[in-house]
Parts: sequence; structure tokens; C-alpha cells
Amino acid sequence: MTASTRHLLERVHRQEYGQLLATLIGWLGDLELAEEALQDAFLAAVEHWEREGAPHKPGAWLTTTARRKAIDRIRRSRSRSEAVEPQALETLPPAQLAVTENFDDVGEIPDERLKLIFTCCHPALPLEQQIALTLHTLGGLTTAEVAAAFLVPVPTMAQRLVRAKRKIKDAGIPYYVPPAHLLAERLDSVLTVLYLIFTEGYAATAGDALIRHELCDDAIRLCRVLELLIRRSQAQTDVPAAQYAEVLGLLGLMLLHHSRRTARVGVNGELILLGDQDRSVWDQRNIQEGLALVEKAFNMRRLGPYQLQAAISALHARAPTAEATDWPQIAALYGELRRFADTAIIRLNQAVAVSMAISPQKGLRLLEPLAGELSAYAPFHLARADMFRRTGQREQAREAYRVALDLTQNKVERDFILGRITSLGE
Amino acid sequence: MQYLLLIYSDEKADANVSKEEMDAWMGEYLAYTEAMRKSGVYKGGEALHPTSAATTVRVQNGKKVTTHGPFAETKEQLGGYYLLDCKNLDEAIEWAAKCPGARVGSIEVRPVMDFSQAP
Repeated sequence: MTASTRHLLERVHRQEYGQLLATLIGWLGDLELAEEALQDAFLAAVEHWEREGAPHKPGAWLTTTARRKAIDRIRRSRSRSEAVEPQALETLPPAQLAVTENFDDVGEIPDERLKLIFTCCHPALPLEQQIALTLHTLGGLTTAEVAAAFLVPVPTMAQRLVRAKRKIKDAGIPYYVPPAHLLAERLDSVLTVLYLIFTEGYAATAGDALIRHELCDDAIRLCRVLELLIRRSQAQTDVPAAQYAEVLGLLGLMLLHHSRRTARVGVNGELILLGDQDRSVWDQRNIQEGLALVEKAFNMRRLGPYQLQAAISALHARAPTAEATDWPQIAALYGELRRFADTAIIRLNQAVAVSMAISPQKGLRLLEPLAGELSAYAPFHLARADMFRRTGQREQAREAYRVALDLTQNKVERDFILGRITSLGE
Repeated sequence: MQYLLLIYSDEKADANVSKEEMDAWMGEYLAYTEAMRKSGVYKGGEALHPTSAATTVRVQNGKKVTTHGPFAETKEQLGGYYLLDCKNLDEAIEWAAKCPGARVGSIEVRPVMDFSQAP
């Protein structure tokens, strides 16, 4: 295969796989058959594009070819005929079938990805399967790539995907955009999956950094698709404004966090905290886009947890220096966030903001009631240690750092804590 | 697709309800069943006597072994079921959520195997 063909195939796979697959599932009503047919089409493309040159519309070429391959597969294996009758395929209206010799004549193919997102993120599937399936089908990641991203062996991931697909079929998980009264609840689980894909890439300081990095890109890419699909189809699908505002909020949140990706890690792979980062390397394009999204979401006046977290991240992004951070506003936003989910982790973050806005003493008082619930949570002890350090209580600070150290497995983070202990001196 | 809704609850707690409460409860179930009949999803359903009335049978080495009680001790026990014919899992889940038993126990939604389409 020549480099240009390979390059084109890789690009089409990356950018259009999800859309092509979703279209095929919409037509065949069978995820596995659609996957196999699309694989066949990609294989055919390797040979055909090499020989005849690449088509003008690679996506349309692959769709049409995959449709033919699907019909072949159904004919070959009668056992598959339970899914679709081959005759039924032949009698579909031409506009829908679009099997034509002139691939450039293929009409507008309806985008079926929104349906696929809801199928992949169905709450009847375990969360780990939802995540894997979303990346695999919509994101176009191979089984090996998804396995690498989550640091699990390839056979484990392959089995996870097979189980998910089997459950979709056996349990009758529908392939559709859920009806209006289910939409809000179901969109929440879609956002959760995208957010978890992002945090898996973002919070990871172990493993292959490059692959992890891609995971953040994938989450952002998928969230963009979701936003676009909802915006385009809002008239038909009744996505409530509050939910759409949260989609904008999540996309903004991810972009704002992602803008700091290069500043977060030092030359030796060490973790650099927000306050110590070189702000000049923050990605301004991500920041501007993120800020615009937060503003657009807030203008809809339907606040939600993702928007609030994005707004907090926006305040950090806007501060030219760490000292210039608007901590009182951040503390207030955490207060708002607690109205949606009053968790110990959010209280911890609020205490940190208060310690910066008012005083470390005040922060320490807010941490006290959390000691029981967060006793095994290293960031709690790190926050406490930092506040003790700032009040000059060095012995207490040292002790809190040691507790945090005992709770930390990750080498990068351990080095960071050891550095803090050393800097406290004797 | 057919789905079995298995209704689980704590029998001991169920045994402690008053006559009035029980009547109200039965009324809710009657209304629920009627709603399912009307919508056309209902295929069948029964309530079961408590597990104290159960007999468990096994055949070991060709010999019939009969024991009293359920096959396993669990926190919640199977107390009844419905068989529904639904468009998809979401429809079955919606009916399960409307079941009066969902508020006190749990409803397991199990798809029924369809052998007529098997290869």
C-alpha cells in the first residue's frame, strides 16, 4: 500500500468511522453485521483505491461497498438471515439504499450517530462496557487501541466488547434517539461516559502518555459530535435546554482543562500544580473556545454541574498569574455546585478555594468535618498539609504529607510529595 | 421481544402489613395489570406464595432429593412475575418502573430467548 492511500484510509477511519458505522446499523439493524461489513469495505478499499485511485467521496464509496458486503454476508450465511432478509434489502427505496455505480452521485446520507451514542451508553450496560463501546464504535478506535488506553490486555477488552454487543442484541437495547420523556435521563449517562473517557486520559500519570493524550482528544471529538448532532436535530428530538446547556458546559470544561496539557507535566514527567504552571504555554485556542462555550451555556440560564465546573476552570484560565486568580468567585461557584451534588470531594475543593480567598485557617476549619469520610483520600491530606504549611505549622504539615504519601501509589505523585516534605526542612 | 419481570422483595417485611395496607396494595397491582393489558404488552403474570411454601427438587445420582424451602437463602425473594411483549428494553424498563413492587423491592427484567429465530 502506498503512503498516500494509507494516509487517506487512516484519515477516513479516524474521522468518518463512527458516522459510517451508525449509518450501516441504521440500515441493517444489527451492530455486529454492520461492523463486519464495514471492515470488509475498508479491506476492499486498500486494494481498489490503490489500483483505481481514491474516490472523490471516500465515505460514500465505503458506505456503498459495505452495503454490498453486508448483502453478500447475509446471502452466504443463512444463519444470519434472522437479522435482515436479503430480499428486504433489495426492495429498499433507492434513495435509502444508494447503491450506485457512480459513487459521487450518492445523495445525502442521514447521520445516525446520535442513535448510536444512546445505544452505546445505555444504562443496562456496565459503565466500563459503555465507555469501551463508545470509543470503539463511535470513536473508531481498534480493540487494541481501546485496550491500550485503559491499560488492560487486548483479549480482556475484546471480551468486554463482545459482551456489550451480545447484550444489546439479547436484551433488546433499542437503536434510536430516546423518546422525549426519557431523553434527559439518558443524555446524562452519555455525558458521564464522555466525561469519564476524558478524565481517564487527563488524570492518568501512569502508562503511555501519548495514548492517554489521545483519549482526551477522543472525548473532546465525541463531545463535539454530540453537540453538533443535538444542535442540528433539536427541533425533532426535544433535547431540553437544560441538557443542551450541559453538553456545552462539558465541552467547555474539557477544552479548558485540555488547554493546560503541556504545562501540567515537567521536563522529567513530573506533575506541575496549577499554581506553578507556565501559563504562557496554555493553549489559547482551546481557552478561547472553552470560554465562549461557557458563556453560551450560561446565557441559556439553565445551570448544571458541568457548566459550573467549566466556569471554575474558566476563572483559572482567565487569570494571567496564579496570584491574580479570582478565588472568592471560585469558592462561590463551588457553593453553587454543592446544590447539585453535595459531595465530600466538592466540599474539599471549596475549602481549598476558601483557604486561598480568605485564609488557610478558615480552610482548615472547613476540612475538619471531612476528615472521617476522606481519611483514605490522598488529595484531602495534601490540601490539609498545604494549608498547615501556609499557616507555618510545619510539624502538622509534615505529618499530613506523610499520610498522603502512604496513600499514593503513583511514582510521579510520590516524588512530588517527597519534594514537599524536603522543602519543609527540619 | 418478550421480557419476564421478576418481582423481588423482603417477605418478612411483607408479612407485617395490615389488612388495609394489603388491600390498597392489591388495588395498585390490579390497576397496574389492567394498564398493561390495555396497552397490549401483557402476556401473563402471577403472584407466588412465600418461599416457606416452596419445595426444592434435585436429582442426584439418579435419585430424587426433595428439600423444603427455596434453593438459596437471599435477602429478597421472588414473589411474582409478569410476562410482557415489548418493543424493546426501554419499554420493558418503563413498565418495570411502574410496578408497585419496584418501590419496596426490585424488579429484574430478563429477556426471554426466542428459539423460533434460532439458526
